[in-house]
Amino acid sequence: MAQLFQNVKVDWLGKRRYFIGLSILLLLAGMGTAVYRHKFHPHGTEAFNLGVDFKGGTVVTARFKQPPSVETLRAAIDKAGIHDAVIQQVVSVPGEFLIRVAEQSPDSAATESQVGVDPARAKVKQALSTFGAEAEPTKTLVEDPKAAYKIEGTDAVGQIASKQLRNQAIAVTIAALIGMLLFIAFRFEWTYGAAAVIAVFHTVLVTLGLFSIFQIEINLTVIAALLTLVGFDVNDSIVIFDRIRENRKLYRRMSLYEVTNLSINQTLSRTVITSGLVFLSVVSLVTLGGETLRPFSLALLMGIIFGTYDTIAIAGPIMVWWEKRLEAANKLPAASARESGIQTKGRGDAARTGVSKSSRAARV
Amino acid sequence: MKKKNLLQRSIIIGIVTLAGLYIVIGPHGRRPHLKDFTYSGIKATLADNIHLGLDLKGGSHLVMRVKVEDYLKHLTEDNATAAELAAKQQNLEIREAHAETSGGNYRVVLQAADPSKTQAIRDAVEKDAVAKKVEFGESKGWSFSASGPTLTWTLTSAAERTLSESATDQAFKIIDSRINTLGVAEPTLQRHGAQNSHEILLQMPGIQDPEHVKQLLGNPSRLELVHVVSRSAKEGSVQTYETEQEAIISLNSGGNIPANRRVLKYIERADAASTPSQETKSDTKPTKWVVVESPGIIDGAQLRTASAVPARAGGDEYEIAFSLKPTGATRFGEWTGANIDQYMGVDLNDEVRSIAFIKSQITDQGVIEGRFTKDSAEGLVLTLRSGALPAGIQYTEERTVGPSLGADSIRSGVRASALGLALVVLFMLFYYHGAGINAVVALLLNMVLMIAGLIIFGATLTLPGIAGIILTIGMAVDSNVLIFERIREELRSGKTIPSAVEQGFGRAFVTIIDTHVTTIVSSLFLYVFGVGPIRGFAVTLVLGLLVNLFSAVYVSRTIFIWLLSRKGKRITSLSI
Repeated sequence: MAQLFQNVKVDWLGKRRYFIGLSILLLLAGMGTAVYRHKFHPHGTEAFNLGVDFKGGTVVTARFKQPPSVETLRAAIDKAGIHDAVIQQVVSVPGEFLIRVAEQSPDSAATESQVGVDPARAKVKQALSTFGAEAEPTKTLVEDPKAAYKIEGTDAVGQIASKQLRNQAIAVTIAALIGMLLFIAFRFEWTYGAAAVIAVFHTVLVTLGLFSIFQIEINLTVIAALLTLVGFDVNDSIVIFDRIRENRKLYRRMSLYEVTNLSINQTLSRTVITSGLVFLSVVSLVTLGGETLRPFSLALLMGIIFGTYDTIAIAGPIMVWWEKRLEAANKLPAASARESGIQTKGRGDAARTGVSKSSRAARV
Repeated sequence: MKKKNLLQRSIIIGIVTLAGLYIVIGPHGRRPHLKDFTYSGIKATLADNIHLGLDLKGGSHLVMRVKVEDYLKHLTEDNATAAELAAKQQNLEIREAHAETSGGNYRVVLQAADPSKTQAIRDAVEKDAVAKKVEFGESKGWSFSASGPTLTWTLTSAAERTLSESATDQAFKIIDSRINTLGVAEPTLQRHGAQNSHEILLQMPGIQDPEHVKQLLGNPSRLELVHVVSRSAKEGSVQTYETEQEAIISLNSGGNIPANRRVLKYIERADAASTPSQETKSDTKPTKWVVVESPGIIDGAQLRTASAVPARAGGDEYEIAFSLKPTGATRFGEWTGANIDQYMGVDLNDEVRSIAFIKSQITDQGVIEGRFTKDSAEGLVLTLRSGALPAGIQYTEERTVGPSLGADSIRSGVRASALGLALVVLFMLFYYHGAGINAVVALLLNMVLMIAGLIIFGATLTLPGIAGIILTIGMAVDSNVLIFERIREELRSGKTIPSAVEQGFGRAFVTIIDTHVTTIVSSLFLYVFGVGPIRGFAVTLVLGLLVNLFSAVYVSRTIFIWLLSRKGKRITSLSI
């Protein structure tokens, strides 16, 4: 029987300083790059590479029979009056290009109703037509012998919509985190919920930081990926918390510190196997999922790595630290209550048995 | 476990599996034939059963915003004119009337010539508004205030919301009827975004270039009926000019256009009597220019209905019957009464689309003659009707996907799923041996049931949806990993095999429920707040998790029970 991590006895909580230090380092690196890009970068790049969903603008996906070089394509688009186009060759499909352009002001000929979304597509089309005719709408590029290219897709988002989507994305992420917090608080304790949510929040921030460092595009699907991470990551924390809850009943004499270490070690093989399997499926998404899903898959990939790490490295220590503080705070009134001869039932029990466990912890 | 229990479990699993399989690959709404179960037959029915999202099958996705602020602005301006008229009809002198529409406030301001008459003016205006049933007056949510000679009606924010909402609703209905007349296949039209965003979402599968649909939607649309400056109809046909320059010169104002005139393009329509053969080549029609008076007589907001009717019973010629709303009717009646035999033009987005002369006074309804063919009349009716949109619309989002791009997405999605599945299956078999088979069976069943669930709920499969499926593959085995790891632990602690299995399932179950509910909670947030394809992702994820409770816990356990019961009491080893 193959077995990963049998009888591990690692003192995870003992290494909390290194873990938390590493996390802070990662967070600072991400934040630093974001701020640097935003404020000081010579070319004035943005902190995040926001996709059209959040920034507004148009992405045109065009496919060519005889693909021109990126330079000639850029020259043609430049000639059509778009000077800031970002052209990206799609590796997996030969002859396919993604052309990203910022929102264009309408030509004088365009009617009022077309303001906002349309002009970019028309202009790009005009530029591409210098390479030959576009395939007829009802035919594919291969079916139309006269065609040189075909616009396969466009994503155009206006200013209003992009602003709405951006606000919505932030609101949903925060709402989901609060939802998690409430649920875990209901099933376990507030401290557990807070620890898990802080850990998740950390992962989300680290992932965003990496997106800023590597300038990976952030679009709607990335937000979906982040929200999935929130769920997945909290899953991991819950598995450990569940074990802590169980072990606290079994080993009443053990301190929370020891129980947490024990629980992390006991569930370690599950944590690694599950994360590894999800990791495998996400790797297949990254490699075969295509250009459209790339940012989504990358967000998941990073999130799974850090999500697994943070359950052990962040959620555990925070929970133990918090519970200890509560315990200390509860002990004081309990001690003074005993001195003055007043005994409430719960506190009295704890005091009599001499186990250093607060009434809160006893419920766990 | 007793034999009877095992039998019962097996029957339930058998039924669910078969039902799931049939839902996925069986034909719906008809009796299955033998050929439905060949490879190509299954492929065809599978394509029928699964609704693909726009990103997979190609099509366009348009989000448009109704410009309610324009609507409110025009409404306020109309009300200012109407209020001034109402007061003047009662011989109450108004020094000045105007509409204030800046900064999100909408006000009608009247300056009375005689400050002592303000109450009388107020009454006259209110009475007029009630009589004409327009969206004005205190009963319609305009709060009144007066100071000195100044009378002010301010639109309250509650009324503003109601008006904006009803304008959006009206626009929605109009767009809906337009799409239906256009014959777009399987369009989806729905309100979009937050309640106060005034947005409408239109999805049209199969349409890759929405440009022509947007044009046909009646590029929304400033419609005005205008007085064309020309000799009268008795003296000859309408005065047009070959170039814009010529038209401007005719104004005799030194090359400038005076404030009360506009020079507009006039595209002559093909009419049946003269050149029927040219109808198909509308782009070769010469563009001419006309001079019109400004401001126009009435605008599209005053139009109530328009329809194409035959000029004579059974004839080929058509004309356009229209009717006006009460405020427009009064104004139009006055104007037409005074301008018989004058030419009137239909100005749509600053282009004159048709010109006709006034035969007699028209009040609330009339006919535009122009020797239209059936097609051109219906076309004009369509533009007239879209001209009746309460406000212009603005496209805020436009996404199109061509079918080959969609097909590529499906292909890469299927490949990625296959690879993910293969990797997970290999690992489970390698790591858990016999029990790995158990997990693989549960995983495959999970996928079948998940797709069946998508079909039952009529959910659409999108690219993020496929990603959801792939992710579920990874997460679905989590339950099995939890259980198996637990069983191994129990075995290590020296328990007998049956009790280790029992304990493993029992203990892991609590955790499984907790983890599933958390993920479902976060998916709910995705669904409630997410848009479009992201919802598809949330749906697949939730379905996968629900199905997983059945496949990973119930089915997997049943397999263990069967394994244990087969070996009877002499169980010495468990392949896990």
